[in-house]
Parts: sequence; structure tokens; C-alpha cells
Amino acid sequence: MDFLTISTLGYPLLSILIFLPLAGAAVLPLLRSDNAARYWALIVTIAVAVLSLQLYSHFDPSSARYQFGETMPWITSLHINYTVGVDGISLLLVLMTTLLMPLCVLGSWRYIEKRVKEFMFCLLLMETSMVGVFAALDFVLFYVLWEAMLIPMYLLIAIWGGPRKEYASIKFFLYTLAGSVLLLAAIIGLYLSQGTFSIPAMMGKPYSMIFQTCVFLAFFLAFAIKVPMFPFHTWLPAAHVEAPTAGSVILASVLLKMGTYGFLRFCLPITPDATRMFLPYVLWLSVAGILYGGFTALAQKDMKKLIAYSSVGHMGFVTLGIFVLNQRGIEGAILQMLNHGITTGALFFCVGMIYERTHSRELDHAAGIGKFVPIYVTFLTVFSLSSLAFPGTNSFTGEFLILSGSFAKHKLLSACAIPGAVLAAAYMLRMLQRMIWGGTKNPEHAGLTDLSAREVIILAPLLVFVFWIGFAPAPFMNVMHASVSQLIEQAGVHSAQAPSMASLMFP
Amino acid sequence: MKLILFAPELILLLGGLLLFSLSLCKRRAGLPRRLTRLVALAATVACALTLHAQGTLFFDAYRIDLFSQLMKCITCAGFAAALFASSSLTGVAEEIRAEYYFFLILSSLGLVLLVSSADLLTMFISLELSSYSLYLLVPMRDDRQGLRIQMESAIKYILFGVAATGVMLFGMSYLFGLTGTITFHQLLPALRPMMHNPAALAAIAMTLGGFFFKLTVFPFHFWAPDVYQGASNETAAFIASVPKVAAVGLLVRIASLATPDGSFLVLMLATLSVCSMFYGNLAALVQTDVKRMLGFSGIAHAGYIMLGLVTLGETGYATAIYYVIGYLVMILAGFLVVCAVSKDGENVLVSDLNGLYKRSPLLAFTLAVSMFAMAGIPPFAGFMGKFMLLTAAYKAGFLPLVIIAVVNTAISIYYYLCVVKAAYSGDPGDSPGLAVAPSTKAASALLTVVTVALGVMPDRVLAIATEAVKAIL
Repeated sequence: MDFLTISTLGYPLLSILIFLPLAGAAVLPLLRSDNAARYWALIVTIAVAVLSLQLYSHFDPSSARYQFGETMPWITSLHINYTVGVDGISLLLVLMTTLLMPLCVLGSWRYIEKRVKEFMFCLLLMETSMVGVFAALDFVLFYVLWEAMLIPMYLLIAIWGGPRKEYASIKFFLYTLAGSVLLLAAIIGLYLSQGTFSIPAMMGKPYSMIFQTCVFLAFFLAFAIKVPMFPFHTWLPAAHVEAPTAGSVILASVLLKMGTYGFLRFCLPITPDATRMFLPYVLWLSVAGILYGGFTALAQKDMKKLIAYSSVGHMGFVTLGIFVLNQRGIEGAILQMLNHGITTGALFFCVGMIYERTHSRELDHAAGIGKFVPIYVTFLTVFSLSSLAFPGTNSFTGEFLILSGSFAKHKLLSACAIPGAVLAAAYMLRMLQRMIWGGTKNPEHAGLTDLSAREVIILAPLLVFVFWIGFAPAPFMNVMHASVSQLIEQAGVHSAQAPSMASLMFP
Repeated sequence: MKLILFAPELILLLGGLLLFSLSLCKRRAGLPRRLTRLVALAATVACALTLHAQGTLFFDAYRIDLFSQLMKCITCAGFAAALFASSSLTGVAEEIRAEYYFFLILSSLGLVLLVSSADLLTMFISLELSSYSLYLLVPMRDDRQGLRIQMESAIKYILFGVAATGVMLFGMSYLFGLTGTITFHQLLPALRPMMHNPAALAAIAMTLGGFFFKLTVFPFHFWAPDVYQGASNETAAFIASVPKVAAVGLLVRIASLATPDGSFLVLMLATLSVCSMFYGNLAALVQTDVKRMLGFSGIAHAGYIMLGLVTLGETGYATAIYYVIGYLVMILAGFLVVCAVSKDGENVLVSDLNGLYKRSPLLAFTLAVSMFAMAGIPPFAGFMGKFMLLTAAYKAGFLPLVIIAVVNTAISIYYYLCVVKAAYSGDPGDSPGLAVAPSTKAASALLTVVTVALGVMPDRVLAIATEAVKAIL
């Protein structure tokens, strides 16, 4: 357990963050009215968010160890422990999850009218499993939460989703589950070779190349579907379009990050040799995703679909950053995971707000609303600019880091990714142009009300983060340096002989 | 003192006699059911109280140890749960209900005797007591549609059953011929030196056949979907759940004869496991009748359980027992919903579950838990069981088997999910809300809680199962 710094706070902070939403969910069925359920869910998520801030203030950025650790035996016969802890990689993701959840509750305040109690129940279950996934340091705990999360997410889409909810929810479930069944076999294989399910104890061990290859492929399938990387992305637009606003936000902001988090936490440190072997393919897939996502987004008429495809492109940048395997690339990727969570989450909120007013997500139906809802389009503009990585916004910092990291290693590959950034500008500006100055084809929009105080409260914190990370990313970057350095060491880039295949594929 | 050792069996026997006398006189409606529930609960309590009892009865033909008592306890608890899960018994005519419950109790008695039997003859007689009672229960269903489908099922059931019994008897005759003994504890050392003798392997393989039939392992599975479909919902609930516990118990007992060296047997078990998984899961994909689907899924689950037997080791056996306990709970939860949703005891189609969420949130939730658990999604019992089975099989070096099993998990998700989909996002049309009996509500809450608890805290059950397996090895 030399990788774990046991929590010194005097109380099990991470366990509280994980189980408080679950306890809150258990209370929900006792509540009478829908409004009580809304307020209760809001109180619980805010409490979790406030508590989680301590993670940041008590985090020691100079250490690469897992902090706030807790460990206790769970299933003794199989050496399974309940072990949790966060390091520089997972800290920001946990914080993003906890801070985003109150906004999701607020965002569903009016949108969800039927079965509110059950909706909030699912949201709180989601929070438990999402925080748990990022904090878990035991592979079985991780897998249990990773899979268990599918159930509330499935219900969110299947019950409160749009017209094609059955198709979308089943596709989502089947894709993600089918991807992760082999993960289970890989986990068992790792357990039998190391005698433990502890994730950090599995890192940096001398596995044979063939074993690493098999484990890497099992990992890769599970995580690439979750990200989603280019050929595995087809579940994403369907799920995004049909999910209710809060579901889309959670899906885009947190669930997609689990795939990239998986790459960082498992692929790189546990199977470094296989990672280097497959690296060229993964990198080119990332570039393909960036371009493909961009071109497809350009052709969309449905705003949610547009943002969904833009996610494919943005996540391509993240995987690009991860697999260039240098400090700048990986730090940029982690930051970009955060940025994508903030920006895309905000954009989905924006689309949801329009949908609540016009009951349409069609770009044409929303054309020219800029005249009637000025506050709304202001927010929308900033988030769109952030999405296309405009300088001064958060995504610029992230994409810049990723690209500078990748140019340092693979020039041609990085050059191929550049059009992705241009495409992002094209599809985002196209959407903005239509919505704000799209002419007067929709005169019935004259009666639209601008954002209410509640909606401003949802978007304003996200706006703050857009500029904060855009202008002063240091507080976010500082916490990850030590962990990323250690990760790169574990991935063995410095010591290893240059991989021959990579040199063949990169001129 | 010896009477206490035999208490659960005595309770069931007395209960059976009581039901028999009830069937002779005019009786009040509902009395047989209440009586049977009482008997089942009393037997469960008796088993739990004698969990750590030890001893032999009837000139060593009957053995009480932790293994037998644990299996009895699960059997009786499953019997009680099956009774509470199906409250109304609408599929069976009012005037033969006393007889129905009489045979149900006898069948449970047979299963309870089965797990305690210390020699092949006792085992055979108990198995037949249990089986023949079940054969009779199937045609007791009302013939509302006039299709006489229950008769067809009953004939299939009995024919396949008798054939399987024949195979088993043949195997047993070999065992006796080779060793000159029929008691288990003498068979084990006597067989060990002749493990490379093909006759010994054939003997064990064929003896296993009788229990493959009960557990619906390929190739003794043909009856399952038809019988589930043809029998009344309540009967199917019983057939699908309780006998499988005893079957796993006896499979463990007989497979342990081949421990630790039975490479041929391992190959056979592994092949049957793979066939069961693929056959069950692929056939279940296209079913529209829920009971039929559960029948095929049961074949697949039998395949998963075989993963534990393949290892021929203590952990594998214990895990198989854990899995069957979990399966008992999951399948009963599933049948509870089938029984509650069924109109006048008719069969339930997947489309009948449409919008169940609006008609009865509790039933829909129970159904979802049951389906997700059977699909092997955490945090339910099905996942933990599968996970431990896979670990045991991987540890014993059966990596291809593990991969086939996880691929099967992915296949099976689809049909389980279709049921959940119907319940949660289907349109109920003009189906009215469902009135659920309080006892059914309690049973469904209990089954749900147990499914989760088994999945989250498997340690205790696994420890006791391991200890029990040690008692017979």
C-alpha cells in the first residue's frame, strides 16, 4: 500500500462523496411531492459539491501518490478490497462530476415533468457510480461501478428520452456492455498473474508481451467504445439525441471521460509495451475521429446531433494527447477532458433550454432567435467559441497543449489534425450564424422568453470556468504535474528503446 | 436426538400427509395454500436450526452434514419463496389445489432427501420421488384454451425424464460393478485408482446425466422450454428454481468422485458447458413468450454453473453453489412478476409486459432487477457469481472457456434488455393498473434485497458454501 496516502481528514471524505448520493436516493421514495424530490436532490448534490471542494484544498500537488485513501477488505476470499483514492489525474474529474451534478438537477427542474422522483433517483445513482469510478483503486470495485452505471443511464434514456428512445437506449447499453465484457476477462487475468485486484499494484509489472497485447486490446475495446473513438462512435449520436438534457450533459461531460480516464489509468501504466506497439494505430484513429467528427457535424440539422458529432472530434484530440505520451500532451488531454465537460455540457444545456421553449432541436426552427433572446445567445456564443477553441477560452489552452505536445513528436500526424480545428470553427460558426442572424423565417419566436434566473444560474458557473481555464489554467495544471510525470515514467517512454513500428509509420 | 436430525424431512412429510387428508374432504378455499406456506416456512426454520448438525441415519444410507443441511436450507427457503411469489395459483382448478400442493410438498421432500442421500440407491429413490411429483404437476393446469398444451409438455417432461433416469441408472450399475459398493464415501477411494479406466469415466459421466436433466444442461435440456411454457406459471416457477439447487448439489457430489484427476471428464463438462451457453442464449434471443425465454436462459445459466464444475476443485464447487443460490433468487423474482402480470393464469408474452412501469412500478422494478441480475450486471448476485465462476475457471486454466462465457454474457444482454425495455419504455395501451397482493409485494421486496445483498456481500455465503463443500470432499 505504498502508493496510497491514507486520509488524514479524520473522516472518510471519498466514501462520503460516493455514498452520500446513494443515501440521498434512498430517502427519495419517502418524499411526497415532486417539488420536494427536486429540492432534496438539489440539496444532496450541492452538499456533495461543497464537500468535494475539500479534495482540492487538501490535495498535495507535489505528490504522485493516491491521496485521501481509504481501504478495507471487501471480499476476502478473492483478495478484493474496497480501496479508494485520488491522484492528480482523477482529482479534477471527481470535482467536475460533483460540481456538475447540481447544475444537472437544476437543468431538469422544468424539463422533467413526469416521474420526477424516479428521475432524481437515477441522477443520484449516477453520481454515486461516477464518483466511484474515478476514485476506485480496486479493479473489481471499478468494474462493478463502471457496469452498474449503465442501469440508471439506460433508464434515463429509456424512460425520459425522445421519440426513438427504445432504439437509442438499447444501442447504448449493448455497445457499452459488449465492449466491457472482455475487460472482465482481462481483469481476472491480471489478478491471477499478480494475486491482487489493486490497480496501482498492477502497474509497472513485467508482463509478457503477448499477455500485454491481449490485455491492452480488451482494455482498448472497452474504453474506445466509451470515449467513443472513431469506428466505435455510432451509439453516441443516437443516445445524445434521445436523452433528456441532464442525461446528455452527464453523458457528454462525465461518461465519455471515463473512456479516456481508462486509457490513462490502465492502458498506459499497466500495459506500456503494448501501448507503444499499438500507439500509431490509436493516434491515426484519433486523427480520423477528429476529421470525421468535424465533417459530420458540419452536415447536421439537429443541434444535439451537431454537438454529439463535435464531441467525437473533441475526444479525438483528447486521445491524441494521451497517446503522444509526453508531458504536454497528456496534461493537455486531461485539461481538455475537463474543458470538454464544461463546454459541451453547457452547450447541451443551451440546446435543452431552446427545446423547452420551442419543442424542437432543429437548427432551422431556431433560426433567427438572436433578436428575441439576447442573454441566451450571449451565453451560446461564448460556449460555441469555447468549443471551437477560440483563444482566451478554456479549449484553446487544452488543444494548444495537445497540439504542441504532438508536434514535438509526430509532425505529419499533427498537421493532419489541424483541419479538425478549422472544421470546429466552421460548424460552430455555422450554427451561431443560423441561430443569431438566421433571418426572420420564424416569426412565431417573437414570444420567446429569455433565460430565467434559474437558467442563468446553471450557465454562469460554466461561463466562469470557461474564462478561468482560458486565462489562468495554472490552478488546474498544478495538481496534475506530479501524477503525469509518474505516469510517463510508468509508460516507460524515457527508458525504452524506440518502438520500431512507430518509426515506420511516421515519416 | 436422531429425530432432530430428521426434522425438516418430518415436517415436510407431515405437511404432505395433512394436505393429502385435506384433499379427501370438502375444504375451504385458500386453506391448502396457507398450510403449504406454513409447512415450507417451518421446514426452512428446521433446516436453519440444524445447519451444523451431523450424523447418519438408516444404516448409513442417509447422511446429515453441513453440505446436506445447507442445500436443504436453500431448497426449503426457495420452496417457501416460490409459494409466496405466486399468490393466487390461478392456473390450477380450485378443486384439485389440495392435491397440487400435496405433490409440490412431496417433490420438495424428494429434493431434501436427495441432498442427504449417502448412497446411490437412496439418491435414486429420492430423485424419482421428486421427479414423479413434478411430472404430475404439469398436466394439472387448467385447459382454458383447449389446446391441451400442458399434456404435451407433461408427456415430453416424463419421456425425457425417464430417458435421463435410464442413462443415470446405467451409469450407476457401472459404478457398482466396478467398485462393488454404492455408498459415496466408499466409492471415492475405490474409484481413485481406476480413474484412467474408460468404464469409470463413462460411469461417472452417465450418472451425472440424471442431474444434467434436472439442471437443463445440454444435451438433456430439450424439455425445459416446452415444460415451462406448458406448465402453469406457478408450476414453472417451482420447476425452474428449486430442483436446480439440489441438482447442483448432487452434481458436485458426483463430480467430486472424479476429483482431482479426471481430464476426460473435464473435457466433457467443458464441452457441455459451451454447448449449453450458446444454445440457451442464441435460442432465447428470438423468444416471445417470457416463460419460454426463461427456459432457454436457464439452459445458458446451467452452462455458466458448469464452469464451476469444470474446475473439479473446492473453490469452483463452492462458487457453483453460490451461483445457484443467486440464480434461485433471480429466477424466482422473474417468475413472481410473470405470475402477477398473467391474466387468469395465461402465459405472458414479452409484449404483455409493455408499460408495466406505469401499471405497477414495484413489479417493473423487480423484473428489471431480476433481468439485469441474470444478465450479470453488477451490483447484483448474477454478476458476482459469474465473476467468481470466471475467476475459478481462469485459475484452473480454462481461458478459452472464460472468453466464451463473457461473449455469451454479451449475447444474453439483448433478450434480457428487451424485457426491461418493454416494461420501462413500452406503451401499456389500455391495460389497467395491477393490484398486487401484499404477500407478493413483500416477496418481491425480499427477493430484490437478497439479489442485491448477495451481489454486494458474497463473503458470508461463499464462506459457508466452501465449508460445506469441504464436508463432502
